[in-house]
Amino acid sequence: MMKKLDHKQIAARVARDIPEGSYVNLGIGLPTLVADQLPKGREIILHSENGVLGLGPKPAPGQEDEDMMNAGKEPATLVTGGCFFHHADSFAMIRGRHLDFAVLGAFQVSVAGDLANWHTGAPDAIPAVGGAMDLAVGAKKVLVMMEHLTKKGESKLVERCTYPLTGARCVNRIYTDLAVIDVKPDGLHVVDIVDGLSFEELQRLSGVPLKRLASAA
Amino acid sequence: MINKIVASPEAALADTPDGATIMIGGFGNAGMPAALIDALIAQGARELTIVNNNAGNADTGLAALIGAKRVRKILCSFPRQSDSWHFDRLYRAGEIELELVPQGTLAERIRAAGAGIGAFFTPTAYGTKLAEGKETRRIGDRDYVLEYPIHADYAIIKADRADRWGNLTYRLSARNFAPIMATAAKCTVVQVREIVELGTIDPEIVVTPGIFVKRVVKVVATLRKAA
Repeated sequence: MMKKLDHKQIAARVARDIPEGSYVNLGIGLPTLVADQLPKGREIILHSENGVLGLGPKPAPGQEDEDMMNAGKEPATLVTGGCFFHHADSFAMIRGRHLDFAVLGAFQVSVAGDLANWHTGAPDAIPAVGGAMDLAVGAKKVLVMMEHLTKKGESKLVERCTYPLTGARCVNRIYTDLAVIDVKPDGLHVVDIVDGLSFEELQRLSGVPLKRLASAA
Repeated sequence: MINKIVASPEAALADTPDGATIMIGGFGNAGMPAALIDALIAQGARELTIVNNNAGNADTGLAALIGAKRVRKILCSFPRQSDSWHFDRLYRAGEIELELVPQGTLAERIRAAGAGIGAFFTPTAYGTKLAEGKETRRIGDRDYVLEYPIHADYAIIKADRADRWGNLTYRLSARNFAPIMATAAKCTVVQVREIVELGTIDPEIVVTPGIFVKRVVKVVATLRKAA
């Protein structure tokens, strides 16, 4: 029986790969779950687009402050040692390759590492991009955290993105409820598969060519 | 004697003409200059071009200005929110123009305007829909998109403390776009929680030097706790 990961477990798997001392931006949606899964005792500094380094957990009820928000505009706190800066500096950190990791959600990722996560392209949809395109090109490593399949069962790993791109060839590693997959110049390499799922079955569900990582073969 | 302190938000924005381009500080409600926006609504200028990260939340502040049909065009990175119904309605009716700009490009275009930069190349959005029709260039081993500065007639922002020269400090994440917007407008108008004597603000911690500020208004109780 295949043991799919739930969202918290995917977040924990992402967190495992983020080393001590990293500067990290967690995108809106699924990636925000990573914050609670970071191993205690590992000093990792969270960046928020709205001018915060050292983003802390949600405030206790009654302690919310309208001036202290995260990028999702939810009440937030600052950790000891954290600081504030204006938006141009915040995006200099992103674009200037100062962030070690950006963890982003995705609608689709292509075999070349193209990312689509901002717009479904539907004619009546109101487009909104936020900081996603800056994070996609700017972070030293772009990690994607997503469900492997859409609600209809279609693979979110695709030959070419059919949704509008956020960034071309920008994704380094993909974490899903089924597997961890590296994007390399010669295609997608499977790093981990959940228990009870064979490589062949993962390949069938994914619908794009996957390679076994040499060490995992 | 230099004195940039103005008696009221209404007085600070009385000269706003129709068709003005106005930058509004804030990221969602953090740093939104609510009293100045209310004064702008009361003042009556129309056909405005607004620069903000968002397109208003719920029924107050920027959302109210949009709801009152006073905005012809908005430049922002993230208009669609669960409570952006005033913008959504006018956008779907074709009554407001949207220029969608990636957040970092928005910030840098504002910064560039304030810093006298004519244009800049950024890697952001290369190869995407938001770079369609724009000039691109390969520099080294990367591809870049040419982006132009955004200048404004007015910037209306919220700060925490000011003195009569217009030196400003901010509070927590309410700083966001305000310091760069202050540099990019011909007339920067600031609402603050507190006005202090010259020399009270430690010169080492002034975030926006007064040279970027034209008018300062004290607004009581700008520190509203979130519900």
